[in-house]
Amino acid sequence: MNKILEVRGLSKTYGPGCPQCVESTGPEADTNLCPHCGSVVAIHDVSFDLFEGEILGVMGESGSGKSTVVKALYFDQVPSSGEAIFYDSDKQHELFALNAARQRWLRNHRFGMVYQNPNLGLNFNISAGGNIAERLLMSDLMDYGAIRERAKALLARTEVLLSRVDDLPKHFSGGMQQRVQIAKALATQPPLLFLDEVSTGLDLSVQARILDLILEIQQELKTAMVVVTHDLGVIRLLTGRAIVMKYGRVIETGLTDQILEDPQHAYTQRLVASAL
Amino acid sequence: MNATPLTQGGNAYNFGFLDEYAKKEVRRAVLKAIAIPGYQVPYASREMPMGRGFGTGGLQLTLALIGPDEVMKVIDQGSDDSVNAVNLRRFIEMTCPGVSTTTKTAECTLIQSRHRIPELPLTSTQIIVLQVPYPDPLVVVEPSEDKRKTMHGEADYSRLLVKLYEDIVKFDEITISHRYPTRINGHYVIDPSPIPRWDVPKLDDSAALILFGAGREKKIYAVPPHTRAEPLAFSDVPFRVEDFRDGAGQRRACARCGSVDSFLDEFVSDSGGKTYQCSDSDWCDGVEASA
Repeated sequence: MNKILEVRGLSKTYGPGCPQCVESTGPEADTNLCPHCGSVVAIHDVSFDLFEGEILGVMGESGSGKSTVVKALYFDQVPSSGEAIFYDSDKQHELFALNAARQRWLRNHRFGMVYQNPNLGLNFNISAGGNIAERLLMSDLMDYGAIRERAKALLARTEVLLSRVDDLPKHFSGGMQQRVQIAKALATQPPLLFLDEVSTGLDLSVQARILDLILEIQQELKTAMVVVTHDLGVIRLLTGRAIVMKYGRVIETGLTDQILEDPQHAYTQRLVASAL
Repeated sequence: MNATPLTQGGNAYNFGFLDEYAKKEVRRAVLKAIAIPGYQVPYASREMPMGRGFGTGGLQLTLALIGPDEVMKVIDQGSDDSVNAVNLRRFIEMTCPGVSTTTKTAECTLIQSRHRIPELPLTSTQIIVLQVPYPDPLVVVEPSEDKRKTMHGEADYSRLLVKLYEDIVKFDEITISHRYPTRINGHYVIDPSPIPRWDVPKLDDSAALILFGAGREKKIYAVPPHTRAEPLAFSDVPFRVEDFRDGAGQRRACARCGSVDSFLDEFVSDSGGKTYQCSDSDWCDGVEASA
């Protein structure tokens, strides 16, 4: 199997930081707030690999730093240290060493992101079709007819009514907004997709359809995905491998089945026991 | 640097109103603007004896460039006789002794214009200065200037194109009538000031130097001679200029001179009838005189 992404020692601290930050935070210290300097150690020394067509789950409670991981990889946030290598067909990109223009290029052409809050991923003041057009225009497709066709095809694929292609997403239901976001993220057929709590806050039937859609897309396009969620059901349904985070540290990693059936870390045991 | 105070005739102002240091600063900004076509160069924008928004950006460019042997033309919406043009011309005559003014496009060496480029093709010995209210084309899609600068730097204009896309979706055509975003030399997109679409093709490969001055927004930018200027459009929905055909498909002619290849202004009479006349008054005079 080909490796798509290799993340090593990814860290992000908010605040001034001090030499004691790392040792005085984490699961053992039961906090991510450094008592000495007041910095928040959002993530520290996160490492993982992602392979072609694989779905990796990142789970953990709120504030465990799981969103910060994907935000750093999608260039929404600048990490404090660490490296990530993206293997793109025959090239490889050292993500955090690239200049801003190259990062933007990768973000627009090779990555996709679906946020928990559609507000972040969509521009609510332009139509659903326009949102998808924006991403296609970013990747230098300049033909109106082709853009329009592709936008419609994507919305059809994600089960958004075609009669609503020119409506504003702010008039859509939460589930529809999420589907438009997925369509937008898929517009450039990226080999790597980040999903940040995609189904959280949606009702159960809508959740199920969104998750089905994600699985279908993964089967169809062989897109590699990093799925961030606190929902063990989502982890069980979608992912093959998972990492468990607490207070910014990876506390357990392995096959999803293994983690859910035979959790090793005390926190994971509690998490699994409380959910299942 | 020698300031040349002009005390004769009770005129205590320096030649060109601005002091020499102010002119030097503007000229430096102009050189930078020419070196990076389409890039908005910040400058100090001095206080002028008129309100910002009345052409102070263009006027500062004019006064920094003007010399005693200049032949100056000032236009406001194509006309040499409208209030803005007359006031600016008087001001230049008053503060720049020796400078001659004209209304003839063919005779002038320096043009300050508001919202039009003359119909007569400009030559390599001429410079045209355009007054700009809003220099940044991205202001409609991004409120933060910081982010706009990054977008310009990375030539990220996809959100402007989305605007065009939405226009076509809603109205089946691009509805921008003036300030049409135009890509200069393959990188920076400029707001070419409120010139009509008719004038946008004149920016491309222009023989004359085209300068843009925004006084309130404190920016100077340029389209140097013989530089590419491409209005943003889709490959299958090309840019087009205003359509002056009437209901029968006939190109409307100027009611005064009969010209059929100029930008026309529409006049509505008290009785409700519409007449069309050249917007460029010098062009109209020229065609009428030769007829």
